[in-house]
Amino acid sequence: MNFPTLVIGGGISGITAAVELAETGREVVLIEKAPYLGGHVSGFHNYFPKLCPPACGLEINYRRIRSNPRITYYTGAEVTSICGAEGDFTASVSIEPRLINNNCTACGKCAEVCPVERNSVPGGAKVQKAAYINGGLSFPLKYTIDQEVCLRESCRRCMDVCAFDAIQLDADSAVVELHVRRVIVATGWHSYPAELIANYRYSEEPDVLTNVEFEHLMAAAHRENRKLGRPSDGALPGRIAFVQCAGSRDLNHLPYCSVVCCSASVKHALTLAEAYPEIETEIFYIDLRLTGRNEKLLRKAEQTDKITFTKGKVGRIGKGDEGGRIILEVEDIMAGKKQRNSFDLVVLATGLVPNPLIPLLSANEYGFCNVNQVEGIYPAASCKRPMDVSASVKDATAAAIKSMQRSDE
Amino acid sequence: MSERSDHIVLAMCTGCSIGDAIDTKKLGLLAQEEGVVCFSHPALCSEAGLAKLHAEASGCGAKRIALAACSPRAKAEQFAMEGKYVERVNLREQVAWVMEPDEEDTQMCAEDLVRMALAKLRAIGDKPPYMPAAVSSDVLVVGGGIAGLNAAMAGLNAGYKIHLVEQGEALGGYATRIHKLVPDLDHQEKLREPDTQTMVDLVMAHPHVKVYLNSTLKSIGGEPGNLSVTLDDDQNTEFSVGSVVVSTGWKPYDPGKLTPLGYGDTSGVKTLEEFEHHVSQHSVPDRVTFILCAGSRDEAHLSYCSAYCCTAALKQALYVREKNPNAQVYIIYRDIRTSGFQEDFYRRVQEDDSIFLTKGRIQSVNRVGVSMQTYIKGSLIDEEIVIESDMVVLATGMVPSGSESLHLQYRLGEGLPGIEYDFSDSHFICFPYETRRTGFYAAGTVRAPMDLESSAEDGSGAMMKAIQCIECVKRGEAVHPRSGDLTFPELYMERCTDCKRCTEECPFGAYDETEKGTPLSNPARCRRCGICVGSCPERVIGFADFSINSVSAMIKAVHIPDEFEEKPRVLVFVCENDAYPALDAAASYRLKYSPFVRIIPVRCLGSVNKVWISDALSHGYDGILQIGCKPGDDYQCHFIHGSELTRQRGENLQETLETMMLEPERIMTKFVEISGHHQIQEMINEYVEALALIGPNPFKSM
Repeated sequence: MNFPTLVIGGGISGITAAVELAETGREVVLIEKAPYLGGHVSGFHNYFPKLCPPACGLEINYRRIRSNPRITYYTGAEVTSICGAEGDFTASVSIEPRLINNNCTACGKCAEVCPVERNSVPGGAKVQKAAYINGGLSFPLKYTIDQEVCLRESCRRCMDVCAFDAIQLDADSAVVELHVRRVIVATGWHSYPAELIANYRYSEEPDVLTNVEFEHLMAAAHRENRKLGRPSDGALPGRIAFVQCAGSRDLNHLPYCSVVCCSASVKHALTLAEAYPEIETEIFYIDLRLTGRNEKLLRKAEQTDKITFTKGKVGRIGKGDEGGRIILEVEDIMAGKKQRNSFDLVVLATGLVPNPLIPLLSANEYGFCNVNQVEGIYPAASCKRPMDVSASVKDATAAAIKSMQRSDE
Repeated sequence: MSERSDHIVLAMCTGCSIGDAIDTKKLGLLAQEEGVVCFSHPALCSEAGLAKLHAEASGCGAKRIALAACSPRAKAEQFAMEGKYVERVNLREQVAWVMEPDEEDTQMCAEDLVRMALAKLRAIGDKPPYMPAAVSSDVLVVGGGIAGLNAAMAGLNAGYKIHLVEQGEALGGYATRIHKLVPDLDHQEKLREPDTQTMVDLVMAHPHVKVYLNSTLKSIGGEPGNLSVTLDDDQNTEFSVGSVVVSTGWKPYDPGKLTPLGYGDTSGVKTLEEFEHHVSQHSVPDRVTFILCAGSRDEAHLSYCSAYCCTAALKQALYVREKNPNAQVYIIYRDIRTSGFQEDFYRRVQEDDSIFLTKGRIQSVNRVGVSMQTYIKGSLIDEEIVIESDMVVLATGMVPSGSESLHLQYRLGEGLPGIEYDFSDSHFICFPYETRRTGFYAAGTVRAPMDLESSAEDGSGAMMKAIQCIECVKRGEAVHPRSGDLTFPELYMERCTDCKRCTEECPFGAYDETEKGTPLSNPARCRRCGICVGSCPERVIGFADFSINSVSAMIKAVHIPDEFEEKPRVLVFVCENDAYPALDAAASYRLKYSPFVRIIPVRCLGSVNKVWISDALSHGYDGILQIGCKPGDDYQCHFIHGSELTRQRGENLQETLETMMLEPERIMTKFVEISGHHQIQEMINEYVEALALIGPNPFKSM
């Protein structure tokens, strides 16, 4: 039997592997655990070093998926078990109910009447309803209902208003068994839990955010055409600190360097300098690691008088004062003295941690996936080691060809 | 009933507020006037709606369908109809959701959109895809270093035949000249022995590879699927391939330009590469200083970071310590950039008490007697320090070898055009292997500075793209970014004046020229952006479904009210890659804009031909707004310089306006990001307001 290739993870890496294979003529099944494809980057404001929106490249990829009959995708889907061997793996995939079926036209009536709100981005962003879509560039272009907060049958307002029989509040999770020839694992990463860095007071201070949360804050402000607001009071922060290596390069937390955080923080600072000339930013670092052509960002940032670079690891983040200012204690290495500075918003450049791996695969001491473990299973991108988008795309493309074998023909 | 191309069905959906905003009965009357079969359905994408659509279409044998419903970005799978051309009329996102419901102007906009679609369906042609007579499935790999070896191996494993051309006498490239490798995660204590030879042997022994050592290319001509390669050897060896992986590698930055850092003192100063070789043959002195970023991160030399040198220098520091336990090593850095798991290695080096690391800016390196003196400012120890050592090693950066050695027989040059820092790429974040020559994929250090591990992955990835290109050509399809497009540009040569605009402006070098200067088209090189359509002053270039005539017909299909009705008409060309989705997103947030606009999506802003502008002005439109992707250094144009060209052509357009005695503001070009739904709404509304101040187009009443 000529089984398809399974790609696990529908972020930028998984999408890339899937479309590259499908356009080469292979059948592909792509599964993603979230209700939408696109992973982290679909929620990001912009990419370094070009400061361009991720939706631009994603849209091309979505178009490639829409027009290619060789790709089947499942959202809300996760692999629960996998067995077999190269040529014929059997993967059990559990699919969470979206509570909205394919009849959905994305007209938005359900969200209009939905009485329940779900967690959303802090800092004054519009609150999402239980029935929601992640904006007009989402893929698939249909609503979903957050089953954690939906009132289901006791409410039914969306059912009454939907003209397309798209709402299925009684839908249950399902299990699909897939026979696949080979597997590409692109399960990706999540942020290191900042609450574990006790001296940074992440859990206590609303205006101490992770870099991913800040990214969402920037994206929401742009999406809604309003000014950036900090979580505690929605005010535009005047001074923002970026704390590099928040967890990374630290034997107590993540011994490795997470690769992306330096470029990401400098990107944030430059984006702020362009959009809000009144905001001052200071970046506290050990080394500035903007490798390759990302160096260009650093040069641009050094030419901006609104961005200050201070070499030194932040030792402690103090309590916010009455004016809502947060005190940072840092050893300024070049000046050779301790500094105490206050900021309105603090962004922790937290590192990358690999997501849990699929059954069958083992991890190295840092939790990343070991390569060359199981014949026919190919880990790709940030489940292998920390890497940025460009490196992930390249690695996913390399994984794609490894899943193509002469013997298949 | 037999199928007839002149039979058109107009299928209308009244769902998703379309029926509330627009009187679709009136649209039906319009269809009747136009002699078109028409029906409407409350949910065209539903099972019942689709059944009706298919029944109506086959009932009258129509091959062309005007589908007036939602955006083509929605319900694409549902509305795809085998063997039929479906033109989506975006009544939902471009009318119902963005204009006041049930208003005269909204209705007029909807009617015009339907007229435009019908005009287009009548003007387009049918054309089978471009299928080259013979397609070679072999891939040429240029450069047998680590990237090229991995490319070859990946291609062989996937079942493709490989031609591997290497200018040196052996495969392996720089990797074979490395003394030792950085430890891997599992064995952090020891530097590893290089194992490139295993891979070289595997490739050399493979039955489906042809390796040409000591060989260079004389020429590559033709197009993807059928590239004819000639080697520069006694026999002028010739063969055909379908596509090419370019892995020509890198060279060290010219140390001759680093004399202020002491280079030229042969015994006292070496580059990283020289030292790598030196340690395998010679003893090392007692005091060695490593200077990082020797040339890199420096506007006067290489403005980028060369990515590999920090780790390489740390590794060489260990060579020194392993070979000479009494040695003292100094490492002067700007930032230590040991990314990812290399941080472990950095920690390991820091544990060595005889290796001193400090940040600092090098002021000078001089020989004083038997030792080299390195003057440093801004160090961690003191503002000014001097380090004496027996040898200084300069961590020189990577310069891409370039691709001129491909000797492409292309009108636009022999290599792959570099865009920034001479790296051969076009969209390095999202689509890192793409170059500006279709079928040529750059791998390894020719496209970005990178280390060995990364180069190896890169070779495999580039091979994936290379074989994909071959498979696409076999199916007659375009490759990225219009993957799957079956149309291609055709030239009506009788009217061509050999002006060479198309050959010069094509971002992908798809056109060659005869000696006379007549363009020769190579459809398999083409990415289908349509920039040649926009470039041609004689209007001889067109695609089956995107031609001078088809767009002109759309422009002229719009009814222009006379000047006393105070209903201006604004033609908006939007790039379908970013501006069009941005409009859809604006609609999803129900951001309202003027009902006076008539939107025509184009393949790229660069595909807009001047004649459409003059057509529109003489037809009576009051203004023309062109919205494309961001140009410039950080361009977002998927076809590299399409929107840049529009900006340049804008100057010529102003001449057209002058000759027509019209105000310059009647044509406006704007750039938007795909996430700029608010911005695009504002652009449109501001432009319509600005036009109101200028007043109606005087050609309106003529």
